Amino acid sequence: MKRLISMAVAILAVALGLAFWSQDLQRSQGATGSNTLNFANWGDYIDPALIKKFQKETGYHVNMETFDSNEAMYTKIQQGGTSYDLTVPSEYMVEKMAEDKLLIPLDKSKLKGLSNYGASFMNQSFDPGNKYSLPYFWGTLGIVYNDKFAKASELQHWNDLWNPRWKGNIMLIDSARDILGFSLVSLGKSMNTTNPTTLALAKAKLDQLSPNVKAVVADEIKMYMADNEAAVAVDWSGEAADMMASNSHLHYIVPSEGSNLWFDNFVIPKTAKNFKAIYAFLNFMTDPKNAAQNADYVGYSTPNDAAKKLLPKDVRNDKNFYPGKEVLDRSEVYRNLAPKTVGLYNDLFLEFKMYRR
Amino acid sequence: MKKWKWTNLYLIFVFVMLYVPIIYLIAYSFSEGERMSGFHGFTLAHYAELFADTRMIQIVVDTLMLALLSSLIATIVGTLGALAISRTVRPLVKNTVLSLNNILMVSPDVIIGASFLIFFTALKIPLGFGSVLMSHIAFSIPIVVLMVLPKLQEMQQSMLDAARDLGSTNSQTLARVVLPFITPGILSGFFMAFTYSLDDFAVTFFVTGNGFQTLAVEIYARARQGISLEINALSGVMFIFALLLVIGYYFIQQGSQSRKAKHRKESEAIIHEAAH
Amino acid sequence: MKKNTATSLAFYVPYALWIVLFVIAPVILIIYQSFFDIDGQFTLGNYATYFQSGTYIMMTINSVWYAFLITLVTLVISYPAAYLLHYAKHKELWLLLIILPTWINLLLKAYAFIGIFSQDGGVNNFLGLFGIAPKQILFTDFSFIFVASYIEIPFMILPIFNGIEELDEGYVNASRDLGAKWSQTFTHVILPLTMSGVKAGVQAVFIPSLSLFMLTRLIGGNRVITLGTAIEEHFLTTMNWGMGSTIGVVLIVAMFIIMFLTGERRKKGAKRA
Repeated sequence: MKRLISMAVAILAVALGLAFWSQDLQRSQGATGSNTLNFANWGDYIDPALIKKFQKETGYHVNMETFDSNEAMYTKIQQGGTSYDLTVPSEYMVEKMAEDKLLIPLDKSKLKGLSNYGASFMNQSFDPGNKYSLPYFWGTLGIVYNDKFAKASELQHWNDLWNPRWKGNIMLIDSARDILGFSLVSLGKSMNTTNPTTLALAKAKLDQLSPNVKAVVADEIKMYMADNEAAVAVDWSGEAADMMASNSHLHYIVPSEGSNLWFDNFVIPKTAKNFKAIYAFLNFMTDPKNAAQNADYVGYSTPNDAAKKLLPKDVRNDKNFYPGKEVLDRSEVYRNLAPKTVGLYNDLFLEFKMYRR
Repeated sequence: MKKWKWTNLYLIFVFVMLYVPIIYLIAYSFSEGERMSGFHGFTLAHYAELFADTRMIQIVVDTLMLALLSSLIATIVGTLGALAISRTVRPLVKNTVLSLNNILMVSPDVIIGASFLIFFTALKIPLGFGSVLMSHIAFSIPIVVLMVLPKLQEMQQSMLDAARDLGSTNSQTLARVVLPFITPGILSGFFMAFTYSLDDFAVTFFVTGNGFQTLAVEIYARARQGISLEINALSGVMFIFALLLVIGYYFIQQGSQSRKAKHRKESEAIIHEAAH
Repeated sequence: MKKNTATSLAFYVPYALWIVLFVIAPVILIIYQSFFDIDGQFTLGNYATYFQSGTYIMMTINSVWYAFLITLVTLVISYPAAYLLHYAKHKELWLLLIILPTWINLLLKAYAFIGIFSQDGGVNNFLGLFGIAPKQILFTDFSFIFVASYIEIPFMILPIFNGIEELDEGYVNASRDLGAKWSQTFTHVILPLTMSGVKAGVQAVFIPSLSLFMLTRLIGGNRVITLGTAIEEHFLTTMNWGMGSTIGVVLIVAMFIIMFLTGERRKKGAKRA
């Protein structure tokens, strides 16, 4: 009994000590409550040096919380109880949040960096007139291949994936919209198809791909491709850039018949409070120099044309990460589909995964 | 003699298996690359990066504080619960309570997280340290009960009867006989609760707010960008620290232990004698 | 049966409070949600879908089967380990050292396994030394069960060890003295006396394994889809909380059935001494 009590007391004492330490760290980072910007972001999706610079220049304190899925972030904002000032959903989620009245319109008169953006990235179908959102990064869906096992000429089109040569050698990203999406594109259909018959066709075609599929994985696909585990992967450009950085045998191709064009965007959720800090931050982040530094750190494609000019030549001229207009024109942005259709996409994809051979 | 050696080999094998991935992780914290593939030459850069990262250090401190507090409280409530269950005589009631106990263990984290979120917002409990603490206590209690209960069931009725015959009151029996006997179960429960708390990501994500963040949430959120070796360095530091703590604690305990064990044996002997 | 009511109450209240607030309330919420479809309309359709579509039935079978395999492998590895630990020097220290690896983040350990098992990884490099061509280790049942068991081993060793600790050496010796073979001593004396620890370990491993989801994707490459994966998907991708809750209800009911089948019966009352 005595032993247990003394242990409990010791644990309490250590916890208390840690609590004081935490308080101290909090204060040393300059947080006082009223000057705080609550920022919900994907993990490691901003250069920490920029946060420091912003805090130093403006005196605001950035309080960053991280999330790992659009839907989880949506659930939290919808339930309330949080006080996020700024967050970064993907395009279809911007549309859903706007529909569900979870966003506050941007006050354009307070935004200084709007002119830095490339025209092809503004006024997208998911948010006409950029009423709610400002693009942060963008990219495509494409094919990653390892030049130890494959040649570029063998993988120019989505249909090339069905080649029996890739038996058990393709990795797919675990995302229903993207995988059914490229099957739809290979059939010449839209990635935003809502017709169940067309979707069934795409699923049937996908089933034929099954022998080639080695695994359906998520973020860890980077790890696998970097380890030469498979010859081919279907993944997003941002992830591709990341794995290419750790394995020089990897290359990325956007099939010319079309692909998905994705955006992550700044939005102000309805829980926002500190508007002065929000606009100060947005203006800071859209400044070409800062945006270029951030693009360099994150490794994704920036929609900020003024910032792109500041990037190294080999980066900004890389056609796979900054594709030309003709590819962009053929690519589709995901629309927010009705819940029933989203359900259908996922059920079909689940069946594809379940009965894979 | 030969058999002795063989059995030790088995234990060594189990230990090697448990530690290989961890050594692998720590080894890569010294790699010049950015990811855990293809070792690129020795560097301490990831450690420098780690110690300069105040936000990360704060997350670690908060995580440890949360884990200690939540597992302590969960251990207390869970032990009380196990005592209560062991006093239940009717099997139907007992099985029902035990099944209720296990619900949080069988439910995937997203369900628990989402329902706790709805629960907290409905009751207007602000999201932050408090709500995370409550949730961690909540999902750690079942494992504590599972660890303590078997010890209580093993406890021989004769020991309790003897203690009562010797005129102990209920609370004296509890303090002098029951608790010492179930201490290993309580400690196991505490360690398991601590593990649960450190590892949880989904529940914490849903119920946190106000800038309170734990290490697991941060690590999972970083997966999309690829987890940098800074996290490996952090795991290395935490692991070595825990290792030293455990070994240090053990040898400090060693000294007083032998004395205490003797004492305990004596008192147990007295009780046994009285029982016969 | 004299009871000090004040102290008994102090036992029951915190735990009962926890059951009501954090177990029963969420379960009611989950059951309630399971009756709504994706558009928020009241329906019994989720249960119909579950029981009519072969997909979910197969998932259920998969979940139970793999949870069983994981528990079995874990038990087979852990029992001898716990038994040997009991006779080891500094056994408490070794025990703590078995818990220690569980404090490293699960995702990181999974990533380490990816590195170790991959085509270019440690195991294949080792096999290469003997001229064995690289084997496909990842995305097989072997790697999935291996890693899952790895994660669960400490949760099994600990309760079994506690069970063995109380094993009275006298019984074992007596049995040997009476001329019992080692195997007889084991099945008739050691195993029955350590059964409560084994039971606790099996529960601590089997129950969470039913809803395993992350490793099925990370290490298993989504070759095996369990109920945990489906729930995850319905909550986080489709946002079809109704269907996700329905599967949750099924899992909880399945756990209740298992608990009552393996639970204590009336005849095994308090009288054991």
